[in-house]
Amino acid sequence: MRSHLLSASDLSREDAIAVLDTAAELARVTDRAVKKLPTLRGRTVVNLFFEDSTRTRISFEAAAKRLSADVITFSAKGSSVSKGESLKDTALTLEAMGADAVIVRHGASGAPHRLAHSGWIDGVVINAGDGTHEHPTQALLDAYTLRHHLAGGEGALDGRRVVIVGDVLHSRVARSNVLLLRTLGAHVTVVAPPTLLPVGVETWPCAVSYDLDAALAGADAVMMLRVQAERMNAAYFPSTNEYSRRYGLDVRRADLLADGGIVMHPGPMNRGMEISAEVADGPRSVIVEQVTNGVHVRMAVLYRLLGAADLTEEASA
Amino acid sequence: MTAADMPPRARVLDADDISRIVGRISHEILERSHGVHDLVLLGIQTRGVPLAHRIGARMSDIEGVPVPVGALDITMYRDDLSLRGARPLHSTDVPVEGIDGRLVVLVDDVLFSGRTIRAALDALSDLGRPRAVQLAVLVDRGHRELPLRADYVGKNIPTSIDQAVRVRMTEIDGVDEVVVEG
Repeated sequence: MRSHLLSASDLSREDAIAVLDTAAELARVTDRAVKKLPTLRGRTVVNLFFEDSTRTRISFEAAAKRLSADVITFSAKGSSVSKGESLKDTALTLEAMGADAVIVRHGASGAPHRLAHSGWIDGVVINAGDGTHEHPTQALLDAYTLRHHLAGGEGALDGRRVVIVGDVLHSRVARSNVLLLRTLGAHVTVVAPPTLLPVGVETWPCAVSYDLDAALAGADAVMMLRVQAERMNAAYFPSTNEYSRRYGLDVRRADLLADGGIVMHPGPMNRGMEISAEVADGPRSVIVEQVTNGVHVRMAVLYRLLGAADLTEEASA
Repeated sequence: MTAADMPPRARVLDADDISRIVGRISHEILERSHGVHDLVLLGIQTRGVPLAHRIGARMSDIEGVPVPVGALDITMYRDDLSLRGARPLHSTDVPVEGIDGRLVVLVDDVLFSGRTIRAALDALSDLGRPRAVQLAVLVDRGHRELPLRADYVGKNIPTSIDQAVRVRMTEIDGVDEVVVEG
């Protein structure tokens, strides 16, 4: 039995804190002239992306390369996947190439789980976003960023108040963040128009609100979700303007946050839609930092999973 | 006493012994390097670090000038990730003076297979280019797997391969001692 990272709920509080601590040490390597570590030399990491995602893909690629792993990128476009090859056949190909870790982004919720538990491949599977389900490394990098600003870069996030705003229905980022932030002891409120909340949101370990101003008052952080263009045409809300007015983050709303409260966005942003340019570039914004932290957190995940994977191999040998 | 007839748990060094060893190694390093002008001590995480600080403090007392002391974590440079799995990381702190062009003395608690030191040399070369590197250890227990030796040795303790040498330092463990188990 190998360990994978498929859901933010795979992480216990201890695991999550250990990943964040490891990431914090790895972040310090970035300050040196030589940024590479030899840790995963000779290991093969495959980026298997069935959906476009430039930033997540290059973040994982940078993380794997800084640990000296060999990286193979397998994009759906222009590959045999676009010729109709199944997930299974793709997986068998990767297995034949000896992948130690497969980082998978797929449009179908549950695809990484299928890959991990099918027996098709032997390597570690890391979910880099599946459908509207989960994106656990995004949640980890968000937790890292929150911890850095709100908890002195140590321990958990007990008692911190985080507001997640926007298209929760289609957001894997929201789901993973709610799960992980709860594990770390934070209080989460999701805010969205009723049409953009998933069925069963009341069972999530968070509060739900339709009133952004009330939710923001005194909160420690707000996480804005991207409104995807295709949703705007699908009648989830009457107009862009109305969405922006009720659920967009402008300077007035950002100032409702507690002193030192931060503004986050997983990117890519629609400036003027869910977040105003002034806030995105303002003093509370940590959006650029999130990208940097993503590399360190993904290094930590690769290190811990590839280390642990071989431990189980040793035990079963 | 040979390794074979050592009792299951024997304390081979106590706090006074360790203190005397720290003093002697401090003098030996100073003697060999003709003072402290370009010296940097780097303790290997974890128990090499308090040891390096003690040696640095002793040298400062003797010479009357501060000796830069840092910490080196070699976890990411180990060659046994596939055998022993991921371990928690500790911090690497290079003194502000840096290591370029300086005499770096690596400090560790136990010299055994030599693989830790091999990893430390790799880590060091990613941090800069010292003028020279030397090695000081509290205990040399033998069983080298690489062609490495220490420049300064606190005590040679012959052991059998399946014995364990436990070094405890007050800063981490609340007591100063070296114990051979098994």
